[in-house]
Amino acid sequence: MLEKALQGNAKYWSWVGFLLSMMGMGALCYVLQFNYGLGLTGMSRDVSWGLYISQFTFLVGVAASAVMLVLPYYLHNYKEFGRITILGEFLAIASVSMCLMFIMADLGQPMRALNVVLHPTPHSILFWDMIVLNGYLFLNVVVGWVALNSEYKGTHPPKWVYPLVYLSIPWAVSIHTVTAFLYCGLPGRHFWMTAILAPRFLASAFAAGPALLIILVMIVRKFSSFDAGDKAINKLVTVIIYAGLMNFFFVGLELFVGYYSNIPGHIHTLDYLFFGLADHDTGVIYNNLMPWMRVSVIMGVISLCLLGCKKTRNNSGILFVACGLMFFSLWIDKGLGLVLGGFVPSPLDYIVEYVPSIPEIFITLGVWCTGFFILTILYKVAISVKTEAERVS
Amino acid sequence: MDNKRRKFLKIAGLSAVAGIGAPAALNMLMKGNVQASSSHGHGDDHGGGHEEAKGHGAHQKEVKLGKRYGMVIDVHKFNHTPGLVQKCIDACHDTFNVPDIGNKKDEVKWIWEEPFAHAFPEHSHYKKNTELHHLSFLVTCNHCDSPPCVRACPTQATFKNEDGIVMMDFHRCIGCRFCMAACPYGSRSFNWRDPRGMKDGKPFIKKVNPEFPTRMRGVVEKCNFCAGRLKKGLLPKCVEATGDTKAMVFGDLNDPNSEVSKVLKSRFTIQRKPALGTKPSVFYII
Amino acid sequence: MYDGAKIIPGLIIFVVLATFAIWYGAGDVKQVPKPEKPVGYTNCVKPTQEMKESHMTLLNQWRDEVIREGKREQVEAGGKMYEKSLQNGCMHCHTSKEKFCDVCHSYASVRPYCWDCHMSAKKIKGLEEAI
Repeated sequence: MLEKALQGNAKYWSWVGFLLSMMGMGALCYVLQFNYGLGLTGMSRDVSWGLYISQFTFLVGVAASAVMLVLPYYLHNYKEFGRITILGEFLAIASVSMCLMFIMADLGQPMRALNVVLHPTPHSILFWDMIVLNGYLFLNVVVGWVALNSEYKGTHPPKWVYPLVYLSIPWAVSIHTVTAFLYCGLPGRHFWMTAILAPRFLASAFAAGPALLIILVMIVRKFSSFDAGDKAINKLVTVIIYAGLMNFFFVGLELFVGYYSNIPGHIHTLDYLFFGLADHDTGVIYNNLMPWMRVSVIMGVISLCLLGCKKTRNNSGILFVACGLMFFSLWIDKGLGLVLGGFVPSPLDYIVEYVPSIPEIFITLGVWCTGFFILTILYKVAISVKTEAERVS
Repeated sequence: MDNKRRKFLKIAGLSAVAGIGAPAALNMLMKGNVQASSSHGHGDDHGGGHEEAKGHGAHQKEVKLGKRYGMVIDVHKFNHTPGLVQKCIDACHDTFNVPDIGNKKDEVKWIWEEPFAHAFPEHSHYKKNTELHHLSFLVTCNHCDSPPCVRACPTQATFKNEDGIVMMDFHRCIGCRFCMAACPYGSRSFNWRDPRGMKDGKPFIKKVNPEFPTRMRGVVEKCNFCAGRLKKGLLPKCVEATGDTKAMVFGDLNDPNSEVSKVLKSRFTIQRKPALGTKPSVFYII
Repeated sequence: MYDGAKIIPGLIIFVVLATFAIWYGAGDVKQVPKPEKPVGYTNCVKPTQEMKESHMTLLNQWRDEVIREGKREQVEAGGKMYEKSLQNGCMHCHTSKEKFCDVCHSYASVRPYCWDCHMSAKKIKGLEEAI
C-alpha cells in the first residue's frame, strides 16, 4: 500500500518538499544542540523543561483523542465514523511519533536513552510513560494498518485485531493519565499538584484532538475526492463542545480553589499566568506568558460560541476557524502555560522566565513537520485505498 | 553477567506484576525499593538505637534501618565568622570540580547561600527580627529520607545508598531532568554545556582536583555528602572547612549517641519544607 | 530476469559498498599497538591477559560497587593496595592515558566515554593552563 504515497500531483510534492526542508532545518539545529549541549535552548536551572516537554505533553493528548473515534465506531458500531476512524488512528501514530521525538530532543544524553529499558524502574512514572506511549504507538500502527489493508483487499479485518482495538480504548486514556502523573505527583510544584490534572488533560485532549481532525478532514476534502461525511464532522463538533466545556470548567475549578483558599502556593502560578507575578525583593512584575494565556481564554470562548450556535457551525468556513481557535487555545493552555508556568516561581521562590531560543524553535518546528510528514504519507495511503475501494464497490 | 541477567529478569517480573495490579503493586514496590536500599548490608551491625523515632514535620514514621547521615547548620555561628560561608562553598566546589559557568541560566552549584526568605519560602517573613533577614543560609541537597528525585528517576541514576545518602551515578543519567522537577529544594543542577569548556579564555573549572572527575554535558549533578570521604572516615568537605567553630555538625541521625543526634535533642532546629513529607536530613539552628 | 541490466550492476555496487571496510585497508599492514607499560610496577590487579580482554568489565564492576553499593575497599596488586578507581587507581601506575589507553583504543577505533569526565594528567594541565 505504501506505494500510494509515491503518486501525487505537484501540490502534494511541493507540500512534501516543504516538510522535508523544515525537517532538514530542524535536524541541522539538532546537530548544533547535540554538539553544544542543551544550553543552546532557553531552558535554565530554574525552568528545566521547556518547549520540548510542553509539546510532548500536548501531543500525548492529540494522540489519546483517537479514542473519541475508535470507541463509537468499534464499541458502539457507530457507522458514520467508518470513513474517519482510520484518519484518527493515523493522527495518533503521527502524534505519538512526535512525542517520542520531543523526548529524545529533550534528553541531555540521548545515546543513553535505552537505560530506561536496561534499568527498569517501576517507581518512576517516566518508565511507565515510556511503556504506555510505545504500546499505544504499536497498537495504532497494527490496528490502523491491518484495518486499511483489509479494505485494500476488500475483506473484513481479521478477528485477532479486535482485542487489540478494544485494548487501545483504555490504553488511550492511560497515556494521558500517566502523562498527567508525571506532573501531579511532584511535591512542591503546587500548580501541577492537583488531582484534577489527569481529567483536565483528557478533557482538553478530547477537544483539541478532534478539532485538529476536523481541520485535517476539511483540508483533505478540499484537495481530494475523499469526504469523511458531514454527519461524522457534526458528531465530532459535539465531542469538541462538551470536552471544551469540561476543560474550561476544570480550569475554573483550579481558579476557585486557588483564589478562594488564598493559599499562596496555589495562587502564585495562576497569578503569573493570568495577571503577572511580582518579585518580592524587587517589585518587578513578570508576565511573559500573560498575553498568551489571555488570548487562549478568549479564543476558547469564541470557539465555543461559534461551535455551539447552529447557524455558525453549519458554515464550513466558520467551522474551520472555530476548530482552529479551539486547537490553538488549548495548545497555548497545555502546550505552553501548563508546563512552563509550573516552574514559576522556583522552589526557592525566585521568578525566572523562559524564552525559547531560535535553534530550539527550529527543532520544535522540525519535529512538528516530521509528524506532519508521517501524517501526510499515512493519509495519502489511506485516502487512496479508501477512494479506490469505494470506486470498486 | 549472569547476575545482571537474573536482576533484569527479577525486575522485569516485578514490573509485570505491577502492570497487572498497578496501584497496589506500585505502592509496594516503592516502599520495597526505599527499604531495600537503606537496609542493604546493615541491620546487624547497627543493632543499637532501635527506639521509634517519630516523624518530624509530617506525621510519618521514620524508616529506621542502617545509617542515615545528616547535618545541623548553626546559622548564627556562620554569620559570626566572616567568610566562613564562602569557605565552605569553595571547599566543596574545588573538591568536586564544580564549574563556575558565570551565568545564572547554566549555573551549576552543590552548596550555596540564600537569605531566609528564599531558603524558607513557606515560613512567614512578617515582623521577623531584622537580624534574620541579614543572615546567610547555606543550602544544599537535603539527602531526604523520602527523596522525590529518587522516585522520579527512570534509570536509578539517582538513588539512596545504604548510608541514607542520595547519590548520583553520572554514568547512568540520561539527562531527562525529571529529578529537577521533582526536587522541592532546587538542589539539582544540569550540565547545560560542557563543564570543561571556557568563556573568554577562562575555563569554568579554574583549579582541577585530579582525584575527582569532572562531569560531561547533559547529566544532572548535586551534593553527594562526600560519600567517598565518609568511607575513609573523613568528614564532608564543607563540615571540615568549618573547623572547630561547630557551625556544622555532621553524623548519623539513626545513632542516638552521635554528636548530631545530641545537638538535635538539645536545640530547636527547623528543616526546609517539612510539610512535603520528604524528611530532609539537613537541619538549621536559627 | 527482468531489468537484469539494472539489477546486476546494482548488486555489484551494493556488494562493493557493503564490503568497503574490508578492502579499503587491505594490504595496509598496521603495526600492532604497543602500549607503554608502567615503570617500577610488575603486577596489575588481575593477570595481564585478563586485563587485556576484560578491563572494561572490571571498570564497570568497580564503578557499580563504588558508587552504587558503597564497596570502596581497596584492591591488592603485588603487595600494594590501590583504590578501585580509574583516575586514582589505574592511573596511579598507568600515568599516561595517551601512551597507554589511547594506543589500543585508537587502533581498535573505540571511543570509550570514560574520558568525558575522567582525566589524564595531561588533560588536567591543559584545562588549567588555559587560565
